[in-house]
Amino acid sequence: MTAALSNDLVLAIPELILAIGAMALLLLGAFRGEGAAGLVNWAAVGVLALAAWATLAGTGEAPRLAFSRLFVVDDFARFMKLLVLLGAALTLPMARSFMARAGAERFEFGVLVLLATLGMLVMISANDLITLYVGLELQSLALYVLAAFLRDDAKSTEAGLKYFVLGALSSGMLLYGASLIYGFSGTTNFVDLAATLGHGDGTGPAIGVVVGIVFLSAGLAFKVSAVPFHMWTPDVYEGAPTPVTAFFAAAPKVAAMALFVRTMISPLGDLAPQWQQIIVFMAVASMLLGAFAAIGQSNLKRLLAYSSIGHVGYALVGLAAGGLQGVRGVLVYMAIYMVMTLGSFGCLLAMRRGGQMVERVDELGGLSRTNPMLAFVLAALMFSLAGIPPLAGFFAKYFVFVAAIDAGLVVLSVIGMLASVVSGFYYLRVVKVMYFDDAVGPLDRPIPLPVRLVVTASGLLTVLYFIVPAPLLVSAEAAAKSLMP
Amino acid sequence: MNLEVLVFYLFASITVAAAVMVISARNPVHSVLFLILAFFNAAGLFLLCGAEFLAMILVIVYVGAVAVLFLFVVMMLDINFAELRQGFLQYLPIGGLIGVILLVELALVLGSWTILPSAGGVAAAQTPAIGDITNTDALGRILYTHYLLPFQLAGMILLVAMVGAIVLTLRARPGVRRQSISAQNARTKELAAELKKVSSGQGV
Repeated sequence: MTAALSNDLVLAIPELILAIGAMALLLLGAFRGEGAAGLVNWAAVGVLALAAWATLAGTGEAPRLAFSRLFVVDDFARFMKLLVLLGAALTLPMARSFMARAGAERFEFGVLVLLATLGMLVMISANDLITLYVGLELQSLALYVLAAFLRDDAKSTEAGLKYFVLGALSSGMLLYGASLIYGFSGTTNFVDLAATLGHGDGTGPAIGVVVGIVFLSAGLAFKVSAVPFHMWTPDVYEGAPTPVTAFFAAAPKVAAMALFVRTMISPLGDLAPQWQQIIVFMAVASMLLGAFAAIGQSNLKRLLAYSSIGHVGYALVGLAAGGLQGVRGVLVYMAIYMVMTLGSFGCLLAMRRGGQMVERVDELGGLSRTNPMLAFVLAALMFSLAGIPPLAGFFAKYFVFVAAIDAGLVVLSVIGMLASVVSGFYYLRVVKVMYFDDAVGPLDRPIPLPVRLVVTASGLLTVLYFIVPAPLLVSAEAAAKSLMP
Repeated sequence: MNLEVLVFYLFASITVAAAVMVISARNPVHSVLFLILAFFNAAGLFLLCGAEFLAMILVIVYVGAVAVLFLFVVMMLDINFAELRQGFLQYLPIGGLIGVILLVELALVLGSWTILPSAGGVAAAQTPAIGDITNTDALGRILYTHYLLPFQLAGMILLVAMVGAIVLTLRARPGVRRQSISAQNARTKELAAELKKVSSGQGV
């Protein structure tokens, strides 16, 4: 092994841990048979924790390139990778009891989550259009399978198929955009792209590059489910098994947002006037659709799907603002969003009545009397998702909007605030049903321990975030700084 | 008018004609066979450009694998293609409109094709002169060095595809009789056969 290659491998240790771990667990599962599902699940959590520990190495150093500059490791990548690994590690234990009850406890679940997470880490560290695409496909392919994991359930199969077909379409658009960018600039590398596109001769970039950016951002917008590429989200979120939906809403969204931010800021940063209007449009449309379309939803999973579309819109406000503050806003937003989402889906996983999952809003009636602690946490999370101070969700929105106003995007922030007021309606409706409607009946007990732990942790973080906001802000600021030229 | 040009037009016209037949043939199996013909002629066009590696890949991957897969799908799924094609005329105007718009856009983009002056120096891998090495050799040199990471990740993607296909389709069917060699070998004469003494004239 040459010295150069071993240097590269050292930088990719988290990815190596995930890849080797996934393959080892696959072998273990294949030899031990179906009985190994529980063991593989916990071992996968261990692999994720190990990868998270390895990610922390070298924090604070200058960005380093590896694998002939196809791969970059900087503080931005570390921050996002930790979020993704956390999201994956929290969903795995929550999924166990659900899958066991659904009669689909198979060891491949843990392996597929590990492989999807590997794809996400590669996406986050991508420094080349080719790495970007390969990471994205690795992630997506594993997610398609996870969505259809309950293969005897018509809804789950439909979700998987729908996700697959639309995902393939979006990959096609992304590749078309990438090919145009490559054709007009002669390179796929982010560093070279920044250099090539940076100092034009004053005439601006060729129209082909701009068309390429449009297609590229369309493909990326699909992955973060921003309007107008959001159509798959409610159906897939509703159809997929609930723990898988929790995973979808947390980890891949963070990874895709990281990819979006890196692509726009790092290689295309100097073309901000060209892409800013696209992002502004997507942000406005996502916020409004997230606010209005969720009003009529009676299924909690669909409601949370629309809510996640809206939240992507708010995060995109930070990207539209750009600059250090904007990127920091996106990072803080994604971190807080992930905690809130995992908590909300944890609450969904905790609720079952008569052996059936509670998925409709009106089935929550009187939860405050039958199960006061759960009702309290869910109410806190709903208030936080709506952005009511002093809960964490308020701070997430605050930093994004401050960045937007500083960048001169006042109209965008005003629309955002109005949309958040509208979205308050359906979040509060959930709270109203839980606290003021007639009780429907007690929930099944006991709630599985991992679910209880995740829900409690998420509730505590959301409610008490305002006491110690500094660590998240400081690390997000350091991460954003490493992305700036 | 030299030979190369003639061969180009031969390949090109057969490709176009075969492509038209793919979408207009009544019998879906004929469509797939025309698709294979189109692939072969496109491979010939690549050869004319000096891209022998792409030509080989086109034949091996598209003709060898994809087209055969198509053929399997067409023959195994009993799809009524005449029914699928019913709305053809109905959708022709809007489809044609979109096609024309895309064509105009493409022309606009190509018309403004200017490669930035700074682009030449940054190409990821400089193309070696064709006379020096074959392009299979050139691709091999950078695929396992420069593009090692995406190459390995592509392997992981194939692994996911394999695991996914098994997860979604493999079913353990109860009651299937399988050969168990160890169980067979473990049988002894005493277990396998029972000797009965039958006294004559009485039957079993």
